[in-house]
Amino acid sequence: MDIKLKIWRQSNTASPGQFKDYQVTGITPDMSFLEMLDVLNEDLTARGEAPVAFEHDCREGICGSCGFLVNGLAHGGRHGTTVCQLSMRFFKDGDSLALEPWRAKAFPVLRDLIVDRSAFDRIIQAGGFISANTGSAPEANSILVPKASAETAFDAAACIGCGACVAACPNASAMLFTAAKLTHLNSLPQGQPQRDQRTLNMVAAMSRELFGSCTNHGECEAVCPKQIPIEFIGNMNRDLVRATFRRRREAIVVAGTQRA
Amino acid sequence: MLDARIPSGPIEQAWDKCKFEMKLVNPANRRKYTVIVVGSGLAGAAAAASLGQQGYRVECFSFHDTPRRAHSIAAQGGINAAKNYRNDGDSVMRLFYDTVKGGDFRSREANVYRLAQLSVNIIDQCVAQGVPFAREYGGLLDTRSFGGVQVSRTFYARGQTGQQLLLGAYQALEEQISAGTVRMHPRSEMLDLVLVDGKARGIVTRNLVTGAIDCHAGDVVVLATGGYSNVFYLSTNAKASNCTAIWRAHRRGALFANPCFTQIHPTCIPLTSEHQSKLTLMSESLRNDGRVWVPKQKGDKRQPNDIPEQERDYYLERRYPSFGNLVPRDVASRNAKEVCDEGRGVGPSGQGVYLDFRDAIQRLGIDQVREKYGNLFDMYEEITGENAYRVPMRIYPALHYTMGGLWVDYRLMSTIEGLFVGGEANFSDHGANRLGASALMQGLADGYFVLPYTVPDYLASSTPSKLDTSHPAFKQAREEIAGRITNLLTINGKRSAASFHRQLGRLLWDNCGMARSEASLNHALEEVRKLRWEFWQDLRVVGTGEELNQSLEVAGRVADFFELAELICIDALGRTESCGCHFRIESQTPDGEAKRDDEHFSYCAAWEWAGDGQPPILHKEPLAFEHVHLTQRSYK
Amino acid sequence: MAASSVVSEPVVKAGEAAGSAAAFGTNRLLLLWSTVIGKKIVMAVTGVIMVAFVIAHMLGNLKIFAGPKEINTYSRFLREVGMPELGYGDALWIVRLVLITAVTLHIIAAVTLTRVSWQARPIGYRERKDLETSFAARWMRWGGVILAVFIVFHILHFTLGMVGFQPGQFRELHVYSNVVAGFSVWPVSAFYILAMLALFSHLDHGIWSMLQTLGWSTARNQATLRLASRLIAGVVFAGFVSVPVAVLAGWIQ
Repeated sequence: MDIKLKIWRQSNTASPGQFKDYQVTGITPDMSFLEMLDVLNEDLTARGEAPVAFEHDCREGICGSCGFLVNGLAHGGRHGTTVCQLSMRFFKDGDSLALEPWRAKAFPVLRDLIVDRSAFDRIIQAGGFISANTGSAPEANSILVPKASAETAFDAAACIGCGACVAACPNASAMLFTAAKLTHLNSLPQGQPQRDQRTLNMVAAMSRELFGSCTNHGECEAVCPKQIPIEFIGNMNRDLVRATFRRRREAIVVAGTQRA
Repeated sequence: MLDARIPSGPIEQAWDKCKFEMKLVNPANRRKYTVIVVGSGLAGAAAAASLGQQGYRVECFSFHDTPRRAHSIAAQGGINAAKNYRNDGDSVMRLFYDTVKGGDFRSREANVYRLAQLSVNIIDQCVAQGVPFAREYGGLLDTRSFGGVQVSRTFYARGQTGQQLLLGAYQALEEQISAGTVRMHPRSEMLDLVLVDGKARGIVTRNLVTGAIDCHAGDVVVLATGGYSNVFYLSTNAKASNCTAIWRAHRRGALFANPCFTQIHPTCIPLTSEHQSKLTLMSESLRNDGRVWVPKQKGDKRQPNDIPEQERDYYLERRYPSFGNLVPRDVASRNAKEVCDEGRGVGPSGQGVYLDFRDAIQRLGIDQVREKYGNLFDMYEEITGENAYRVPMRIYPALHYTMGGLWVDYRLMSTIEGLFVGGEANFSDHGANRLGASALMQGLADGYFVLPYTVPDYLASSTPSKLDTSHPAFKQAREEIAGRITNLLTINGKRSAASFHRQLGRLLWDNCGMARSEASLNHALEEVRKLRWEFWQDLRVVGTGEELNQSLEVAGRVADFFELAELICIDALGRTESCGCHFRIESQTPDGEAKRDDEHFSYCAAWEWAGDGQPPILHKEPLAFEHVHLTQRSYK
Repeated sequence: MAASSVVSEPVVKAGEAAGSAAAFGTNRLLLLWSTVIGKKIVMAVTGVIMVAFVIAHMLGNLKIFAGPKEINTYSRFLREVGMPELGYGDALWIVRLVLITAVTLHIIAAVTLTRVSWQARPIGYRERKDLETSFAARWMRWGGVILAVFIVFHILHFTLGMVGFQPGQFRELHVYSNVVAGFSVWPVSAFYILAMLALFSHLDHGIWSMLQTLGWSTARNQATLRLASRLIAGVVFAGFVSVPVAVLAGWIQ
């Protein structure tokens, strides 16, 4: 089948970009979406034009590298899949598809469909971990984790850090990403000692990275390839209240701020 | 000449003895040492984080945008540990034995024993980090049996164990980054190793965004850059996985061990189109309930459900009555290839066999099958558009893991002083075949518990001289790399690097894949050389080196794959026995099973780079088996 | 491109949010307010107060159907409640102060967060489709603006009698005749009904949204809570709108 493409082309962060039209022919339904782009790039290379840059790696929906909007929908909008898992079976001959990168101040475009998502790493650096220096761990079964807590933690930890939540959010908010990591670690007994500090620091980091504010549209949940529920955003908010108001003797220091 | 530095004495005490003999670095002096870690997957991130915690200055490099993308993330099944939580007779000794036997007696005993010992600590460490392993109702850790072993020693986090373990290591690494002990260099690809006075002292990288070629000096270099399955183009590895880092180190003098030991996984979704860019693995657990078959008749084009029972050949059950569909990976893969070669393969390409759940659904009910395998069936349907509850799945083997890699001694140091190698990038622990749920174990053992001891020992005992990137060795390496990039960009031929890669992969798969012969290997060698020459004549890379240029990245990696492909064939040609995943059709038993030749091949083949166009030089590390009795594997 | 994306900086970067938190020192409330989530929580809590008020107000309005005596007495009751401990009208002023504070905080938080969100995506999409969100959710900001305008008008109208009446027509505490006279002007009723539509929409998303923000909505109860939210919004809408409709229809005179 033949597909008409309209793709955002931008050679680097500093230069302006624009949409360009392309046509790919000879696409078969058993190809994946990214293989369709591979075909386009082969054509472009043969013509001496710069191939379309797009991020991808595992091509099975787990590494979180890939992601762009297809006709206005992050990852193509198919339930629970990344764009690399999208098959061309779901498209028809003659379809017109517009491909656009994630757009957010926190995610500057590096080239074409590739954006810089290092803001996510900095949110993790602020507290998205349990401090357990190598070698210091107690015997694994000395920590009992209720099955329900382990399940909740896993549901949240399934996040692949692709950024679709930010991309689909009308406010470019990173609440679902941050909430997923907080719910993962704050649900586990191992995560309790650092729970308040972690919550305060990660929320502060999220603000510093200039993401937007949540207005509970639920678009993030709808496009999340791992179907992380917005319920976790509520968990994060509660944890923040808890962290702020819980009685304690020592002042808490939020990374990058004074005491509170 | 190859000294593996295995501690003498009883194997049970070898690692303790080794640790005691190692020199320590005074805590106050640690920050004076710079450790370069290349790769931030399980082994790399774990090592970087652990060394950072100890107080060393760590510079960690990754070609990904963030360490969390490393391909360790895609491992599904689980991680083995000899915890014996099930009271089912597991022990360090048994895990050690299973691993050596599973590797078909081509691994180093002392390393494997240490791996089995450390497996226990890995689980402790990961649980403390918050890895959400599966739990029982009482809150204790759950385990399952995996890969045909008789004990239940595999810890898992649904079907995404690799992801969760990697995130644990990633989070530990990010903590060290925020503490300032580790400096992360994402989107930086290592293109060369720099030696000063014969010691590894730094690397040359290309910034994948700006194209800048940078030099980084350090006191020791750790490579944890993964495996090279992608030399076959189609594999279950991520698209960017490559051999460049270890190959560049090999060219600088590190020996490359057992390159032909490449593992093929039997349950992947078959190739469907000529444009296919990668293969997707389906968990091996499917073989617990699915039955593998092909039509008895050649070229039978009927729909699978129209083929009556008596015209089906359940070939694994027929040939291996006691193990049936659960034979090890290498055996299952080879048999699939054989029936397809006979013309009995199924699917549009004829390269596939059925994995049928009809009987399981009858026996267990569709709900129980859905509960056990629902996510895999969904994944299969998403990719193929077929409903495996109604029609049998089609599966075919695919390249999955490489046991070979840079040769390392017991302390994971390569033949270049100061160059350590961890994880899949080294050759150490799996011999000729890797057991399921062992890759995660090895990556983390190397990263958390071996390198953080052996790297400091090296620093303490070698006292590296002061050095920075103004040293002429860096300038020279940098110029060589810049020249190579210019070469790639200025060939101005007609074909993309990806198209060469696809052709190279096909060549290797056909001639050096699941079954290898002297003729096929010689043919492959000749063709690989021809294709390589063509590559350097007819390559086209659009764009410049001073920008984000993915075609250029691919071109550099493919260029190195060509050289590695040649070495793989040479290694396979030299090893005229069959062992594990390496099947030479000249060496089989009368009923077609792999036949080892312990008398002549009980060694690790470590190859030395002799220069462009020169045949590589073989060094042998003899393997001694004192604790495991050598037997011929049989699954009849 | 910026060097920061090549090498991750240590976490402490003097950002805006961090600076503002520092300036607030030790106060926990101000620390909470300094985060985007804190402002959301303030919006949710002030939302709870306003929803409670709106429901009470709506129930009070329905007294008009019981006749002039009933509703005029109710109006006097609101001023006399708490006496003799409190003076005449004190209780009402306390409620008013709480409401003014709630409305002010709600609006400041909304405006601040809206600006944060608009700045978070300086270059918009050519096209971005919604999968999940509702009209109500997308209209929160504009509905809020309509409501703000309405509230000002409404106070000038029925509380102060400064607009919408002929001179001398508005009489303090004569609620019944004021309402009849006020709603008899059809453009006033039309604007009132329009504002109530905005209120319906605002509450439809807002009630569930505040439960979600405060962490009471889960994947399992979400559908129920959303339905309850819509029902409450619907009842409030019907209760408020019944009055001008009744006036215009001539049912109450």
